[in-house]
Amino acid sequence: MKAVLTVIGKDKVGIIAAVSKVLSENNVNILDISQTIMQGMFTMIMLVRFNEPESDINVLSGKMSEIEKDMGLSIHIQNEEVFNSMHRI
Amino acid sequence: MINPFEIMETVNMIDKENLDIRTITMGISLKSCADPDIDRLCGKIYDKITSYAKDLVKVGEDIEKQFGVPIINKRISVTPCASLVDALEEPSLEKCVRIAKTLDKAAKDVGVNFIGGFSALVHKGITAGERILIESIPEALASTNTVCSSVNVGSTRAGINMDAVKLMGGVIKRAAELTKDTDGFACAKLVVFANAVEDNPFMAGAFHGEGEGDCVINVGVSGPGVVKCALEKVRGEPFGAVAETIKRTAFKITRMGQLVAQEASKRLNVPFGIVDLSLAPTPAVGDSVAYILEEMGLEKCGTHGTTAALALLNDAVKKGGVMASSYVGGLSGAFIPVSEDAGMIAAAKSGALSIEKLEAMTCVCSVGLDMIVIPGDTPASTVSAIIADEAAIGMVNSKTTAVRLIPAPGKRVGDVVEFGGLLGTGPVMRVREYSSDDFINRGGRIPAPLQSLKN
Repeated sequence: MKAVLTVIGKDKVGIIAAVSKVLSENNVNILDISQTIMQGMFTMIMLVRFNEPESDINVLSGKMSEIEKDMGLSIHIQNEEVFNSMHRI
Repeated sequence: MINPFEIMETVNMIDKENLDIRTITMGISLKSCADPDIDRLCGKIYDKITSYAKDLVKVGEDIEKQFGVPIINKRISVTPCASLVDALEEPSLEKCVRIAKTLDKAAKDVGVNFIGGFSALVHKGITAGERILIESIPEALASTNTVCSSVNVGSTRAGINMDAVKLMGGVIKRAAELTKDTDGFACAKLVVFANAVEDNPFMAGAFHGEGEGDCVINVGVSGPGVVKCALEKVRGEPFGAVAETIKRTAFKITRMGQLVAQEASKRLNVPFGIVDLSLAPTPAVGDSVAYILEEMGLEKCGTHGTTAALALLNDAVKKGGVMASSYVGGLSGAFIPVSEDAGMIAAAKSGALSIEKLEAMTCVCSVGLDMIVIPGDTPASTVSAIIADEAAIGMVNSKTTAVRLIPAPGKRVGDVVEFGGLLGTGPVMRVREYSSDDFINRGGRIPAPLQSLKN
């Protein structure tokens, strides 16, 4: 499964490190990264590939919510299909 | 790859604008359960529901995680139970209540929050079983938590069954009385329809229609907040821009619904039925249909211009949504439940919104007089007359209309009733004091209307 991971929040040291560490521990491959400042907020978008069955979205979401809390961020992981169906005919 | 702005737009819709999938509803046919013996009937109903829907909640939760979109409700609709009552040997009120309790237990055991289909379709005539089921509705709803009931009393092709309309006024009053400690909460689970649809996934009016297959997945989308936020960007522009913005937004919302519906259907191995394109509000601030109407330039929902604004909204939602889904059905339009919509609640409290205006609004939107609290001392014949008015609108305009009134015992105009959760807060609204007794007591049928010479 390909998924889009979005991280929004106040910029600080170690966001990419923390997120990609969890991804690598769960055998999730990063295909593309872009980051920018939108409306004053640090915004990172990653396209990732889950190597099932080792990469379990439930485990990953759990770990990401820990990062959300620790670093004051908002993190979403969503199947790429969501964006394809919403924005492409 | 999708561009970052599109990705952030979707994330914002979910995070800030309350985009969600309102319900995944599994329709289950109970035709195969019919049995003259009540014990065997209840056993079959329980077994069928719990085996078909055992994975419904889990699959809903898995999809929610994977797609990152909240799926608020997982529900079940079943074949109108009146046909099962007709098949019973010596049907009785107690037996009907047992059927309701069986549905309730099955719903709780599979973890869904509502089960609809304790219903009867009596728009032309009433069978013995249907009459008993209708009479049992107050007890059935008062003694269960998850069971929802609906009765269809009119249709464009059959006219209005005024005997059933009369019956329902009394049923609603009794249901309120039996649950007076919760301000007539049973009435929130009871809908009176004209032109009821067979594939509606929304409660309390969902049932699995006669023309449906054995099992089906229907999905109801939502997203008034998303539409409101989109309209903020076209403030002051002409209506063409407003309609276009709503269409685009509805398209995106519906695509999400279609995706979830297909995925649920695949994972549960159950055919996909329809996506219902309704804009369903919740009491949460920013998830209100009334606020969309106000965003169009009305000071308060309910003022002059509200009906026109709602007509535009309803039509644009459909136009945007139909292309986004392969099968559209259900009620599909804007819902205007008063107690479930923060903007409607405020408008009703301030006196800007009256029952008469709501009635006018139901001519151009998806359902009807929904979740309206009226004084507890309203006579049954007045409740029936309100139903008759609403059914007439549905019958003449070939559309679905519904009535979900709560005559809250002991409450008067000016009081406020708290239902909590998605059902919200209902200010008690004024109804006309003049009697409709003699009108309702006539009984019989109002003939089906002419469908040509339209004026």
